[in-house]
Amino acid sequence: MAPAVPPGAPPAKPGGLKAWFYKRFPVEEFLRDQLTGYYAPKNFNIWYFFGSLALVVLVLQLATGIFLTMFYKPGELTSFDSVEYIMREVSWGWLIRYLHSTGASVFFIVVYLHMFRSLLYGSYKAPRELLWLIGMLVYLALMAEAFFGYVLPWGNMSFWGAQVIVNLFGTVPGIGPGLVLWIRGDYGIADATLTRFFALHVAAVPLALLLLVMLHLVALRRTGSSNPDGIEIKERVGPDGHPLDGVPFHPYYTVKDVFGIGVMFVLLAIVVFFVPTFGGLFLEAPNFEPANPMSTPEHIAPVWYFTPYYAILRAVPDQRLGALLMFLAVALFVFLPWLDRSPVKSMRYRGVLSRAALALFAVSFVALGYLGLQPAEGTYVIWARIFAVCYFAYFLLMPWYTRIDKVKPVPERVVFRAH
Amino acid sequence: MAGDDVIRDTDVDTSRRVFLTAATATTGAIGAVFVAYPFISSWMPSERARAFGAPVTVDVSKIEPGQMIMPMWRKQPIFVVRRTAAMLASLAGHDERLKDPTSAQSDQPPYAKNVDRSRTPEILVLIAVCTHLGCLPKTRFEAGFPELGADWPGGFFCPCHGSRFDLAGRVFDGSPASVNLRVPPYTFPNTQTLVIGEDSASQKGAA
Repeated sequence: MAPAVPPGAPPAKPGGLKAWFYKRFPVEEFLRDQLTGYYAPKNFNIWYFFGSLALVVLVLQLATGIFLTMFYKPGELTSFDSVEYIMREVSWGWLIRYLHSTGASVFFIVVYLHMFRSLLYGSYKAPRELLWLIGMLVYLALMAEAFFGYVLPWGNMSFWGAQVIVNLFGTVPGIGPGLVLWIRGDYGIADATLTRFFALHVAAVPLALLLLVMLHLVALRRTGSSNPDGIEIKERVGPDGHPLDGVPFHPYYTVKDVFGIGVMFVLLAIVVFFVPTFGGLFLEAPNFEPANPMSTPEHIAPVWYFTPYYAILRAVPDQRLGALLMFLAVALFVFLPWLDRSPVKSMRYRGVLSRAALALFAVSFVALGYLGLQPAEGTYVIWARIFAVCYFAYFLLMPWYTRIDKVKPVPERVVFRAH
Repeated sequence: MAGDDVIRDTDVDTSRRVFLTAATATTGAIGAVFVAYPFISSWMPSERARAFGAPVTVDVSKIEPGQMIMPMWRKQPIFVVRRTAAMLASLAGHDERLKDPTSAQSDQPPYAKNVDRSRTPEILVLIAVCTHLGCLPKTRFEAGFPELGADWPGGFFCPCHGSRFDLAGRVFDGSPASVNLRVPPYTFPNTQTLVIGEDSASQKGAA
């Protein structure tokens, strides 16, 4: 336990530089509020690693991204060559680039697991709706960031991926064609498109991401973390004013998180050093040839983290409806706090209906992810339709199945065994 | 809150204050919209991009019957096909399998709004951008192409999402694309020359 500091007490003993600093900056108060005096539930499990891991990946992407910007030259004629230059001629350029490209996939792995944690333990339920909504904005910003970043190497898949995604906006009724022209800045995907995506990727979206992540953390400080039992630890407070089922974030969870970061970096290093393209999943083969407006790759698929949505888009025979359902597939997450009518948060105390629905949703998401990588023909499309229906059923039937589901009694205190 | 007390105590005219706050905020908001306009419109195609979007001239005299060339116009590849009599004959007989056989919903100049979707039946000019999501369709001119089934009359196939078009760029049922391939404005100043990007035999006297 950190030594109890009475609130408002003058920090530190006077003495030299430290005192000079403390007088001008609330170091101790900040550390106490954010770390040693911030209590988190003591029953966190492995699912609670991914928030802090996402923060670490964000830092990794910013650091490697800044270095890539020093060598990359945006432009129709320079982009592809400058990425090759980074890979072949810049000292350690390959490492920085592979860290960044692998980091993008790791970011989505971590964020998807972080989001699944919320579905599993009802973290989006009151009082954490706003925390969830800000998280969804972070996810949207991350998707935009990943898309813009994917275009920058100006390989053939970058080009045609941009063509397909930008044309999705052409399905907006009325303003579609004008909107597409405005996004591209030319009559096709061109230099103007590439340079504006560069500006968005390296400046605008990262700034928005940082701001949103900060807001996400501020909202978290207000409500506190949820936990696998879905019990509000703030409701049971000890004589010292701290939650009985809480432990100070530092040192307990900082140490835990450092371990998680270690594991993540080991896995990241394995990919970066041995399988940087990850069999075409993290870096696709057609992107190793320059953009060619006269030749569409045989088979267009986005990077794996977008393929569930892409499979939904392709599963619908109508163009506008397909784009609309794809957009809905992302947007429905926003409404989860209000779709879920269950009186309990955690799956631990929910009945078979909620569990089955979540399991089916998880299977559908992964299956759609696989199907989005396959050609859009024959049985693949049929399966994509089946899983798309399951995907939407999870959200749209939620008010019904969570209400009639049999729930178990939630204990008063968290379930915890000392290790 | 004890707002009323405050008014009496300090003699503040709140209605005036509210009006001034609202007026300032409104003026600021209008100003913000005006300032946003140049930034937003900076994303439209620049003068240079527009200049490069001028009409292009293509020599069509060297295209053999049944062959295709792909010039670029406005950053988009264009299909220019010299159709054979057999290819033109293939357009008949599958209207019931098309989404828009008469091109009523599709985008083309009026002179191409006919069965073969062209000015002169022999030369087909299409924008080679799939009307679904913009991929480049592949040429599958042979009838009965293996992947596309025995009843395939010949046409274009988009590899991205599987849209199929006949030899006039008309979309088949079951394709994700909902309209036919677009026809750009074009004209033939003489029998050997195709100009893509303008409708009429250009500015009079130029040729």
